Amino acid sequence: MTLTLQGVGYRYAGADQPSLLDIDLELRDGEVVGVAGASEAGKTTLCLVASGLAPRTVGGRIRGTILLDGENVDAWPMHRLSGRIGIGFQNPSTQLSQVAGTVFEEVAFGPMNFGGTRDEVVARTWEALDALRIDDLAERDPQRLSGGQQQLVAMAGLLALRPAHLVLDEPTAQLDPAGTRLVADAIAALAADGVSILVTEQKTDLLAEVATRVVVLAEGRVVLQGPSADVLDDARLIELGVSAPSAVRLRRAVTEAGIDPERLRG
Amino acid sequence: MAGRVRLSDASPEARGVPTSIGRPGPSPVHRLNPLTKATLATVTAISAVALGGLAGPLILVATAVVLPAAIAGVLRRLARLSLLLALPIAISAFLVNVFFFPGGEQVLLRIGPITATAEGLGFAIQILVRILAISGAITLFYLTTPPADLVVDLERRGVSPRIGFVANASVQTVPAMVERAMQITAAQRARGLDTEGSLWRRVRGIVPIVGPVILGSIAEVEERTMALEARGFARPGRRTLLWSPPDSVFQSALRWGLLVALLALIVARMTGVWA
Repeated sequence: MTLTLQGVGYRYAGADQPSLLDIDLELRDGEVVGVAGASEAGKTTLCLVASGLAPRTVGGRIRGTILLDGENVDAWPMHRLSGRIGIGFQNPSTQLSQVAGTVFEEVAFGPMNFGGTRDEVVARTWEALDALRIDDLAERDPQRLSGGQQQLVAMAGLLALRPAHLVLDEPTAQLDPAGTRLVADAIAALAADGVSILVTEQKTDLLAEVATRVVVLAEGRVVLQGPSADVLDDARLIELGVSAPSAVRLRRAVTEAGIDPERLRG
Repeated sequence: MAGRVRLSDASPEARGVPTSIGRPGPSPVHRLNPLTKATLATVTAISAVALGGLAGPLILVATAVVLPAAIAGVLRRLARLSLLLALPIAISAFLVNVFFFPGGEQVLLRIGPITATAEGLGFAIQILVRILAISGAITLFYLTTPPADLVVDLERRGVSPRIGFVANASVQTVPAMVERAMQITAAQRARGLDTEGSLWRRVRGIVPIVGPVILGSIAEVEERTMALEARGFARPGRRTLLWSPPDSVFQSALRWGLLVALLALIVARMTGVWA
């Protein structure tokens, strides 16, 4: 199961300049690819394009090729793509359907739209709740949950569609440290279960923890990419408007103070 | 993702829909099919207008609003909410009819060029009872029917899920906007906005709150739309329903009976059979 972007560029309707240029990216089974970059670098646009929402729902013009397991998805309608690629946004409350009285119904919303049997919908819903370990919230009102819990419910709603790929656009942007912890644990658990994840984040600490590879965007182009440890330790990050993870910054500060970082270990 | 996710001790196939979903309501009125309650509310509201005089609408309010509300245990809430709902229009309708009733002769009160008449007062009371019947019927439906139940029931009957979704989401949006307004009010007050004191100060204080509430809601629409698209909402064809509110032959007959009775009433009034 591979999601591939080949030479992809994208321009919003009415925009003078493209927001993405010549993006080559591959997302393989169980891989977590982190996307970093300053504001307006193109992170959200990349999520919209990778998920298929741009241009299908958002409008605009796209160039290049997007392949799902080698098949070109240009002609696929959004509902067909949404069964294969899930996308989550940064604001948990806007991702809830607003028509579900319980978390169970909220998570079941997607599978219900696809019209399978009732038993299948129920099984998929429990499966998604179990995967994120929020089955104990099943009977709670989704509007009355914390931001972190709502974000997990939103993710479970995507997982219930059994997508092979998840695209998460700054899923912890509006969460406190406890909520961020919940989402980080969920991403790690899902990747371990074979779901591939593309996650954009300003918080490079999260990327350092969950991502196997990191891509850095600037002005819509990929300017750095590679194993997360290497990219997040790259001195050019600061010029690109990306703050290094706290562990990297601590190590640099310790080194500048003339202390051997190895002495801090253990 | 099939077969990849970590499962809990009980397999998903072994567990059904949680018991709280579709649980019967606490009273016989709550347990009525949502369409039956919607029909009852509609017939009550229209009949209140169609019925002439004062006695008919009063009996209607007593039997179709007050009695069911008492059975459902929501009489106090109904009284409070329906009065709140009806008050602005009731006051204006009352004043206009009392003071400006055409052809009124029995003068009760004279304020400058304006005259209140007994005929106007009588007509104003009739209007008030009708307004209360309409607001009471709507409020009773709202208090005894979760919006999602009506949507599920309509969807089961073949109504487009989009129509149901729009109606339901609109109702659900109100509390969300109230919460947002409270957050913005608190944030603006923390920055020195004065929302207390004279009426003019309060009015001035509303402006910096209303703007962000409305603009914020509009800005969220696109993200909500995308979130729905990403979950297959635009897919053509019927959706799967987890449950549907129970219905019966008796309730079906009751609905048709109410509609036929309403039609008969309207025809009788229009043709003069019932003066």
